[in-house]
Amino acid sequence: MSTNIILCGVGGQGTILASKLIAAAAMKKGIMVRTAETIGMAQRGGSVFSHLKLGSGSFSPLIGRGRADLIIGFEPAEAVRQLPFLKKGGTVVVSSHPIFPVSAMIGDSVYDTASVMSYLKEHTEHLTVVDSAWAANELGSAKVLNVLLLGAAVQTGHLGLSRQDLLEVIHERMPEKFWEMNEKALSFADNR
Amino acid sequence: MHSEFLMGNEAIALGALAAGVNLAAGYPGTPSTEILETLAKRGAEDIHVEWSVNEKAGLEVAAGAAYSGARALVTMKQVGLNVASDPLMSLAYIGVKGGMVLVVADDPGPISSQTEQDTRTFGMYAKIPVFDPSSVEEAYEMIQEAFDFSERYGTPVIFRPTTRIDHAYASFQIKDPDEYDRTEREGFVKDSSRWVIFPKLSLRNHAAIEKRNQKLTGVLSHYSRNRVIPAAGGAGTKRGIAANGISSMYVKENLSANEPIRLFHVATPFPFPEEMAVAFLDGLDEVLCVEELDPVIERALLAVCGKYHLPVKIRGKLTGDMPSAGENTVDSVGQAMRAFLAKRTGAAEEEKPKEEMPALPVRPPVLCAGCPHRASFLAVKEAMKGKKTIYCGDIGCYTLGNAAPLDMCDTCLCMGAGINIAQGVFHMDPEVKCFAFVGDSTFFASGITGVINAFYNQADMTLVVLDNSTTAMTGHQPHPGTGRTIRDEVVQSVSIGKVLRAIGLQTVVTMNPFDFPQAIERVREVAEEPGVKAILFQSPCVVRARPAAKSRVDEDQCIGCQRCIRQLGCPALVLHGKKAFIESSLCTGCTLCESVCPVHAISGGQKL
Repeated sequence: MSTNIILCGVGGQGTILASKLIAAAAMKKGIMVRTAETIGMAQRGGSVFSHLKLGSGSFSPLIGRGRADLIIGFEPAEAVRQLPFLKKGGTVVVSSHPIFPVSAMIGDSVYDTASVMSYLKEHTEHLTVVDSAWAANELGSAKVLNVLLLGAAVQTGHLGLSRQDLLEVIHERMPEKFWEMNEKALSFADNR
Repeated sequence: MHSEFLMGNEAIALGALAAGVNLAAGYPGTPSTEILETLAKRGAEDIHVEWSVNEKAGLEVAAGAAYSGARALVTMKQVGLNVASDPLMSLAYIGVKGGMVLVVADDPGPISSQTEQDTRTFGMYAKIPVFDPSSVEEAYEMIQEAFDFSERYGTPVIFRPTTRIDHAYASFQIKDPDEYDRTEREGFVKDSSRWVIFPKLSLRNHAAIEKRNQKLTGVLSHYSRNRVIPAAGGAGTKRGIAANGISSMYVKENLSANEPIRLFHVATPFPFPEEMAVAFLDGLDEVLCVEELDPVIERALLAVCGKYHLPVKIRGKLTGDMPSAGENTVDSVGQAMRAFLAKRTGAAEEEKPKEEMPALPVRPPVLCAGCPHRASFLAVKEAMKGKKTIYCGDIGCYTLGNAAPLDMCDTCLCMGAGINIAQGVFHMDPEVKCFAFVGDSTFFASGITGVINAFYNQADMTLVVLDNSTTAMTGHQPHPGTGRTIRDEVVQSVSIGKVLRAIGLQTVVTMNPFDFPQAIERVREVAEEPGVKAILFQSPCVVRARPAAKSRVDEDQCIGCQRCIRQLGCPALVLHGKKAFIESSLCTGCTLCESVCPVHAISGGQKL
């Protein structure tokens, strides 16, 4: 059976890199990986998602409704948008920092962050909320949001990967000058 | 052999390399773009790889290579095949010597395209064989087989992945470079009876193609990727499912192990594996066809039933059992399969639990914070305030200028169309100030003929070239104006301004759209001039430019008028309480908001 993970957020937040890190770390452990990404027009500030299937026994890269073990939401409303894909008893890791689309700023759509967060809390059995605005302040950068969320996902135990597994692929795939910052972000959730 | 984690498009490129491809050409287009980029990155130096100026040019370059006995690849998205259809229709009659594969990526949904056209249907129309992969791994193997097939039958072939193959990743075994095929090419051999198309040759070759394609229905019935999978429990089964590509994988994932259903996986929709289809249909009462875009398999099976007098009910899009448009998902296919089975078992469709979700904000793609197109659109909008105008848009990031609050794209049809549409509107109503917006890459791909048409036929219009020095939407590919090739060689660039002047345009004004008040003034002046005139807004794509300093709102000075937010629609501008606030992680220091603030409450931005 495969472990199904959905990463979702807004184009430009780094969901694709995060999904590549998970895939690379899983492959190092000999786990089969299939993924599907949003590429193209939607990357320009639109809703984006990555589907990851870890383990054998799957044929297509896309996850069906009610079949995801873990959702990593880079943005609260985007996490809610993907919630129908979560299996019963599944886990959600979500950044608390909302990103207001232009449509909401000019009054063409509504974004009530309070009702979105409370919906998440009511409908998720295992929810980890990451205060990413505060974390970004502490870490001195908002650019490591993806690794910060991966660190929180490791803590839930549902990623099937350890912090060390991810650290190894970070070292392989990122320039050395970014290592320290990402290592801090990865273990940020542990130290709280 | 070694194992790699590959995107479908990378797998296709590496498969072509393994097949010994000598030349690869194409034009960027989602979801096909990464194929050529991978070939440029991983192909040996002696393989010619190019971004052609458009798909027609790319296909013709590839044809020349294939005439020379080389293996040639050309890549494009589905609508790109429309541009390349003129040479393709004739090339089908002429044929090739070296193997030639057209990779044409279809986009069910559509996720990033103008149409949901089906390249399988196009292949049928062009009389060219079509290969349809169902997974990343299969795409890698199948494209190698497609090259062999093309060479064996002397015809170009189409290889048609869809988005969920192109942009999916999988880990699997691939060949090392020393295991690649090598193609010995003898070069072009003159033979006008073979390479020059004339009516007499067309008649002769038409008959030969029809005969070959008829024969291929038998040959392809023995192609190992076309498969009939017997039902669990063997004989006595009355129901079957026919599927292709990613839909076939969705069927497998929804099928429980002991389901008495016979499966037909179609890897070559054209020529259709007829003998195998007859074997599949034998003894069945009902078949459900699961495919995206056109009902290609469904129609082919209906034809087989008619030809062989088979009493099988064929269900699919034509019978309303499958949706006629949009992308299939593992869920939608599961639902259709349950409905198909329920007709026999009488099981009720399960009730979906209804949950009250909060209203979620719509989040369509938007122009990036600091995008120069925003400044260009706004300058034209301000300059033309109160005037009767039409803004004809085109294909690229700048199509996003249609969204509120900019609302600066009244038409968008296909690559290069806006320039000609503006002329038609002008000829019907000379009072309208007609503008056509076109990007730099689109200008080269198919904009130039439109400008010549306007100039020759005496239209009155303003051409606005949004030149950001790259093909931004598809991921920053170089083009003739950038002076770089796909392999990053430095070459002489083609100047858009010089091209326009050479056509005969008297007014060609070049400026930076972020020189905002001046830009408005110049647009106003240029638009008043008679005939065809052009404005070149030059400013590099912001994705590649880093800010020197970011803009900030002085909270005390901000009067909360929200003019910056409501005029610009910049994703970095949000409302904090009643005042404007700039998300510093998104701001690029473009200073456009500083230009529109009536009380100068925003400052500090600076571009590098």
